[in-house]
Amino acid sequence: MTLIGWAQVALALILVFLAAVPLGRYVAAVMQGGRSALSPVLGPVERGIYALCGVNPAHGMGWRGYVAALLVLNALHFLLLYAILRGQYYLPFNPQGFSGMSPRLAFNTAISFVTNTNWQAYAGESTLSHGAQMLGLTVHNFLSAATGIAAACAVSRAFAASRLRTLGNLWADVTRAMLYILMPLALVVASLLLAMGVPQTLAGSVDATTLEGAKQTIALGPVAFQEAIKLVGTNGGGFFNANSAHPFENPTALSNLLENWSLLILPFSMAVAFGRIVGDRRQGFALMWVMGSLLAVFAGLTYAAEAAGNPLLHALGVDAVAGNMEGKEVRFGVAASSLFAASATATSTGAVNAMHDSFTPLGGFVTLFLMQLGEVVPGGVGSGLYGILVFALLAVFVAGLMVGRTPEYLGKKVQAREIKLAMLAVLILPLCILGGTAMSLMTESGTGSLSNAGPHGLSQMLYAWTSATANNGSAFAGISADTDLLDWGLGVAMLLGRFAFLVPVLAIAGSLAAKPKLPPSAGTFPTHGPLFIGLLVGVILILGGLQFLPALSLGPLAEHFAMLAGKTF
Amino acid sequence: MVQTADTIALFDSTIIARAARDAFAKLNPARLIRNPVIFVTEIVAVLVTVLAIRNAMTGQPWTFAASIAVWLWLTVLFATFAEAVAEGRGRARAESLRRARSDAVAKLMANPADRTRITATPASALRRGSVVLVEAGDLMPSDGEIIEGVASVNESAVTGESAPVIREAGGDRSAVTGGTQVVSDWLVVRITADPGSTFLDRMIGLVEGASRRKTPNEIALDILLAGLTIIFLIAVVTLVGLAKYSGTDLGVPVLAALLVTLIPTTIGGLLSAIGIAGMDRLVRFNVVATSGRAVEAAGDVDTLLLDKTGTITFGNRMCAGLTGVPGVDERAIAEAAAMASLGDDTPEGRSILAWVRDRHGLVPATPAGAEAIPFSATTRVSGLDANGRVWRKGAVDSLLKLAGGEPPAVFSAAVDRIARAGGTPLAVALDGRLMGVIELKDIVKPGIRDRFAQLRAMGIRTVMITGDNKVTAAAIATEAGVDDFLAQATPQDKLDYIRKVQAEGRLVAMCGDGTNDAPALAQADVGVAMQTGTQAAREAGNMVDLDSDPTKLIEVVEIGKQLLITRGSLTTFSIANDVSKYFAILPAIFVATYPELGTLNVMRLASPQSAILSAVIFNALIIVALVPLALRGVRFRPLGAAALLRRNLLVYGLGGLVAPFAGIKLIDMILSLLGFA
Repeated sequence: MTLIGWAQVALALILVFLAAVPLGRYVAAVMQGGRSALSPVLGPVERGIYALCGVNPAHGMGWRGYVAALLVLNALHFLLLYAILRGQYYLPFNPQGFSGMSPRLAFNTAISFVTNTNWQAYAGESTLSHGAQMLGLTVHNFLSAATGIAAACAVSRAFAASRLRTLGNLWADVTRAMLYILMPLALVVASLLLAMGVPQTLAGSVDATTLEGAKQTIALGPVAFQEAIKLVGTNGGGFFNANSAHPFENPTALSNLLENWSLLILPFSMAVAFGRIVGDRRQGFALMWVMGSLLAVFAGLTYAAEAAGNPLLHALGVDAVAGNMEGKEVRFGVAASSLFAASATATSTGAVNAMHDSFTPLGGFVTLFLMQLGEVVPGGVGSGLYGILVFALLAVFVAGLMVGRTPEYLGKKVQAREIKLAMLAVLILPLCILGGTAMSLMTESGTGSLSNAGPHGLSQMLYAWTSATANNGSAFAGISADTDLLDWGLGVAMLLGRFAFLVPVLAIAGSLAAKPKLPPSAGTFPTHGPLFIGLLVGVILILGGLQFLPALSLGPLAEHFAMLAGKTF
Repeated sequence: MVQTADTIALFDSTIIARAARDAFAKLNPARLIRNPVIFVTEIVAVLVTVLAIRNAMTGQPWTFAASIAVWLWLTVLFATFAEAVAEGRGRARAESLRRARSDAVAKLMANPADRTRITATPASALRRGSVVLVEAGDLMPSDGEIIEGVASVNESAVTGESAPVIREAGGDRSAVTGGTQVVSDWLVVRITADPGSTFLDRMIGLVEGASRRKTPNEIALDILLAGLTIIFLIAVVTLVGLAKYSGTDLGVPVLAALLVTLIPTTIGGLLSAIGIAGMDRLVRFNVVATSGRAVEAAGDVDTLLLDKTGTITFGNRMCAGLTGVPGVDERAIAEAAAMASLGDDTPEGRSILAWVRDRHGLVPATPAGAEAIPFSATTRVSGLDANGRVWRKGAVDSLLKLAGGEPPAVFSAAVDRIARAGGTPLAVALDGRLMGVIELKDIVKPGIRDRFAQLRAMGIRTVMITGDNKVTAAAIATEAGVDDFLAQATPQDKLDYIRKVQAEGRLVAMCGDGTNDAPALAQADVGVAMQTGTQAAREAGNMVDLDSDPTKLIEVVEIGKQLLITRGSLTTFSIANDVSKYFAILPAIFVATYPELGTLNVMRLASPQSAILSAVIFNALIIVALVPLALRGVRFRPLGAAALLRRNLLVYGLGGLVAPFAGIKLIDMILSLLGFA
């Protein structure tokens, strides 16, 4: 560990926090239909879209209507993407002439991009045409993020409302999220990436002759724009298989800082926007503190573990000063790689700039654990906010009774219906992650995918199911994911992880919106001070994380202690 | 009688003995299924028991499985025992109530107007609407409303108050309760309750826990606990697969131990005991709630509507100051006021004498041959004539007329000030000369101001209801420190006020006794009717105060809060406990495959078997250890939510994290000493 390393971590996080405040304010304003600096330009476009589609943005939808619209939209997009992936051979912009994906891989990939997971059981540059990347994947990188923002805003409004039957208009929410938030932000980031050397071209590839005289084919493509939305929308599906470790996706330390910032900025901004929408900024900042402190602690833990390196290798004479450099890019180094890994797993961004599989066991533990917390610190765009709100409701319920009143959060009583739905939502994680992992490890076809024996093999499988269910999308590289079991199984896990969580959450929102908003008093459980922040951190760790400890102790923890004892597998 | 119930010890030996038996009866799965956490524990206990027996019969090692099984059964038993103790205490209270229930023969009247034609009918045959005659010495056969007559009634069977009270037809004192006894005269009563649904029956049912329904918060908590149980069930069952991959075959006893220690058995086992004990505390306080829901709502209340008279003030005007006219010093006016009051036996008169005694040390004796002049509505003056001197006090204008002439400015100013402050000025004259003015006012009860300040800190607004005019009301409101007041309040005003406050999203509690209070009592979220009140009021409210003490509303709120706090604290404690159990059990069960995981055994427990057993034993014993807390309730402190949360989070959250580390280690050390490790 070095001072420079810690400074890198601190700088990146501070830049995010500083920008999240104004951006959150902007998000709240535009999502509530207010005016902003971009209104003169985008206002007419927005109104044009409504006119074209026959949408009345002021028409409020009840939670059932909102859910129905959201599911229909996502279902149609799944079908569209599936069709594109299967039929890319017949579609334009396919200079390399790639053929269509197999049904199971197309199913897995389509689900993956619609659910904001971006799990990639394929190598992008050698499987997908430019057309499929741009029209299929990039579009859905936008749509899945916009869906998240829309749902998060609908939930936020429920806390602001009093005796209201509606949560907002999904069509307007998605349009505004796309138009005012994702497009401009992606455009800015893409331009900066372009300036830093990331390619954006429709050309196929370049053949080069290396210094030794060998022929090399260098894949190119419309990288910059997909890269931008991949991060801004916490998607994570790279243009290249190597993802953000690839020099064309992430050429320099500076571009790495920008990418790290991009993937964290919107989830944190959503917390600020929440405070704005509910009319009490402190509430948003409290959530941001919870997210930020957990992220900082876990990023620090990863850095410490990676910088300490592997004592077994040090014993063989590997320079201990550099830390664990296996699977990391020299241009980023240990600190920036650790922070990126923590950021990408703490948000639901599946992007990687180093191979998590090669991390030390403890470093790998952090990436797993951050996803298993339910992707809430800060989580995906939108999904992180509505995820942490579920934990906030549970925290308020468990501890809120201790002040001697029926627990309430932001003036909304938390009662049987909310608790039932919240428990339904949080059940999905252990069910899919632990159930899927156990099932895969008990079968030949499951263990056949693993490239490691012993606890690391278990970690690989656990990581795959965790990543899919938590809609993260990153992988412990080395696992062969394009198998019958994993394509179908993980596809279902992604679907449940997204929608079986989202639907109960919107039902909670519907129930909360209909309740009267109680005025705060001295007897009200305070939900903005350090006390609540500490409580929520505790509840996220205990209710969210503890259930995975037995599994983790057989994976990364066993590996870690075995490593310290000098044992290999 | 209800007072005697106070003396039920926390662990009365007869109650404990009965509870120990009941604890086994409650093992019946059909009954236990109401409590999902303990139900799962029981199923697991059965599984492990069967396994231990099978192992013993087939000659495999069985002692470990057997000891786990024993402690799992104890866990279930401790939970059912906790519930049985709570019910036992309620039952003890109910027994004494039941003795009061009359099996008397009622005198059924065919025609309410004709008291001569009566038929003897068993009380149990009376229906709502029957009309009975109750004469001196008779027990009231059931609850009812007096339609004719006046009588003194001994209600000690219900209220514990032995002095008989007057009950009469019409007005606010027309309700009678089954089991009470008419001491003199007679009453014609229309029965208002069918057999089995009388007030006394309801009371018995509630304290026994038999008719107890789960309250809304309890249901929500149950769902949370069931959800956690499912989550841990998933975690433990899937662990079989993960462990198999890792090269360990986890046995059923080990998995059972892990599951049972992780699911929230502590709160699951104590939840219903907490609820029953809460009802019991209320009854011990001589307040009967018609449902547990009402008790919980009392904790949520944030606006209290309090009647001025009797709650905030003593209800009598009392002397609060003396002002002399120029030339009359303090002592002289005090003496004059005292002499003028010597013959006045009203509370006002006595309060003047008390004031003079306390402030000036004057205890005037009645002169020989003195003649007291009583107050009359025509003169509006009273006083004393003795030795040719004439002391008078009375209404200011009447006395001025007697004294004649213009009153001095100081006097007029004092009279104005007193009237503005909501008091009553009384002028004093000696031998026809104006001496000064006595300030009488309704005295605010000492300590009530602090009480309201505490309530405010807890986030509860107090609203004073009074029939006084606005000026008087405002003055008393300021003095008592209430947040708001409703002057010249009619029943409709009260109802409107409650609706308005409820529309702001607040929960309102009030108490009342008259029939005209009934709509407001019904509208309020918590309505406490006075036992002395009308049947209509008692039906409308959701609690009845047997002592008819309106101040109790405040305690009712505190009891409601205490119930919720106890539940929340033990839930937090239970969930926080889990952390330590991972550190005890996980290294123990995986140590065969990965000996390196022994590093996680931070408590340095002696052996894997003793570690697992210690965790299970701790998990069982903590239930018993917390039974007294569940029954007594977490001590309530009148603090704001933030302070209360900080305190309880520290004690039950942090305490819940740390305590089991010490407890499990201690049990492990004992097990080692006994040679089990």
